[in-house]
Amino acid sequence: MSEIKEVIVKTDRLATDKYQVNMGPQHPSTHGVLRLLVTLEGEKVLNVQPHTGYIHSGIEKMCEAISYPQIIHLTDRMDYLSAHMSNEAVALCVENALQIEVPDRVKYIRTIMDELTRLASHQLWWCVYGMDLGALTTFFYGLRDRELILDIFEETCGARMTVSYSTPGGLMFDIHPNFQKRVKDYIKYFKTKLPEYDQLLSGNVIMRERTEGIGYLTLEEAIDFGVTGPSGRASGFSCDVRKHQPYSAYPFVKFNEILDHRCDSLARYEVRIKEMWESISIIEQLIDNIPEGDYAVKMKGVLKLPEGEFYQRAESARGEFGVFIVSDGKKNPYRVKFRSPGFSNLFALNNMAKGHKIADLVAIMSTLDLIIPDIDR
Amino acid sequence: MKSFIEYITSIFKGVWTLLIGMKVTGKYVFTPWKHVTHSYPENRDTLVMFERFRGEVIMPHDANNEHKCTGCGICELNCPNGSIEIISKSIVTPEGKKKRLIDQHIYHLGMCTLCNLCVKACPTGAIVMGQNFEHAVWDRAKLTKVLNQPGSKISEGVKE
Repeated sequence: MSEIKEVIVKTDRLATDKYQVNMGPQHPSTHGVLRLLVTLEGEKVLNVQPHTGYIHSGIEKMCEAISYPQIIHLTDRMDYLSAHMSNEAVALCVENALQIEVPDRVKYIRTIMDELTRLASHQLWWCVYGMDLGALTTFFYGLRDRELILDIFEETCGARMTVSYSTPGGLMFDIHPNFQKRVKDYIKYFKTKLPEYDQLLSGNVIMRERTEGIGYLTLEEAIDFGVTGPSGRASGFSCDVRKHQPYSAYPFVKFNEILDHRCDSLARYEVRIKEMWESISIIEQLIDNIPEGDYAVKMKGVLKLPEGEFYQRAESARGEFGVFIVSDGKKNPYRVKFRSPGFSNLFALNNMAKGHKIADLVAIMSTLDLIIPDIDR
Repeated sequence: MKSFIEYITSIFKGVWTLLIGMKVTGKYVFTPWKHVTHSYPENRDTLVMFERFRGEVIMPHDANNEHKCTGCGICELNCPNGSIEIISKSIVTPEGKKKRLIDQHIYHLGMCTLCNLCVKACPTGAIVMGQNFEHAVWDRAKLTKVLNQPGSKISEGVKE
């Protein structure tokens, strides 16, 4: 009798069951093959468990079999939207190990390329973010501006995204004679277009309703999870490698580290928009002052690193990218480990999305700017 | 009453932000010539790629069907993923010396990541990057190419 009573009581309260839904690996809003195991109660998200490994390509293991200049082209394929930063991190790591000082010209060109890559990456992020919120218009506007940066890359580096431009000891080619003019034209053009981004999306009432106060990540949580890059800085975590451990030409330029203490999705959005302005100002400071000189140091045919462990950080468009090389004195590395920003950022998603609706989960995930090959490597 | 007024004003403010966005899109509706896209398949005849664009590895031959490849194999050593295979042959020159020459320079386009290391390493500049990017074929075997043309030989004056 008592059992029956209990059942009746339960149905009276209309208790909804928890259920689990697989979002991905083929879900369009996961930007690749990311699988999220979402525990739901009705529409409310209780728990998000990311499952990675669907595009694992074993890049770290492949690096053990090839020489140091050959590693560069594999790092293109990890974070394909900020390929140049990954190239540069590996190149810097090898140069530090061999204690080679590259010419100033190389440093300046690398930094300009970094910032152009950051612009291109943030533009793509911006247009995809709008699309995840349901605004298809932004997609065309962002890609239109990004295409011109890719043209600059194509002219100087020979490829649009997988540039392989920084090599140990310098650069693959010297800059193209048109490079400076093109970059200056582009900066002039993009300065008129970036305010359009604000008009289209930043001020939009629908976008603000869906981001303000959503996806809260406290400073403590950001530090615990190692959330770096614009996502970490939106939680007030001062983590800009360009500022704290300057490399290449960053010591020569003046720029601000964008920090925001609002910790929500809107903060992560605005940090990226402001970073684009900072990137523009960095490029403007450097583009007219590229010193004359060689574009590469003459290197030996076979590079052999001294025995030991070497670590190099670089600020990619998504956060801190780290390269850890263990060398046993041969021409191949003994072990290579990449610290990818996307992996650390992804696992903070549970803390951000808990308690929100499933539609907000998509909006929150998109603010992290996830690149799946960067997570799985 | 106060909250009702706030509610109404928030509606008008929201509509205003939408109109600002509409202004931007409207500007481009009425100025459609300010676009940056290429109408690609139609402009095939006039499309010029950048000179450094990496489409495929090619071996240029001159009018006498001569190339600069000595068959040294440095490109094969520098290739990170084994896209290049060098098959060399040895011949006896009229002076009676044995000489190693290229027989086949096999290039697997399907495996190539276009990293430019082979072109950079080539001591004689025999291979360069071509600008062709339309590589789609029905048969995978067609992606394996022999770069030196049949009957071609090394041009004189190339140092070995």
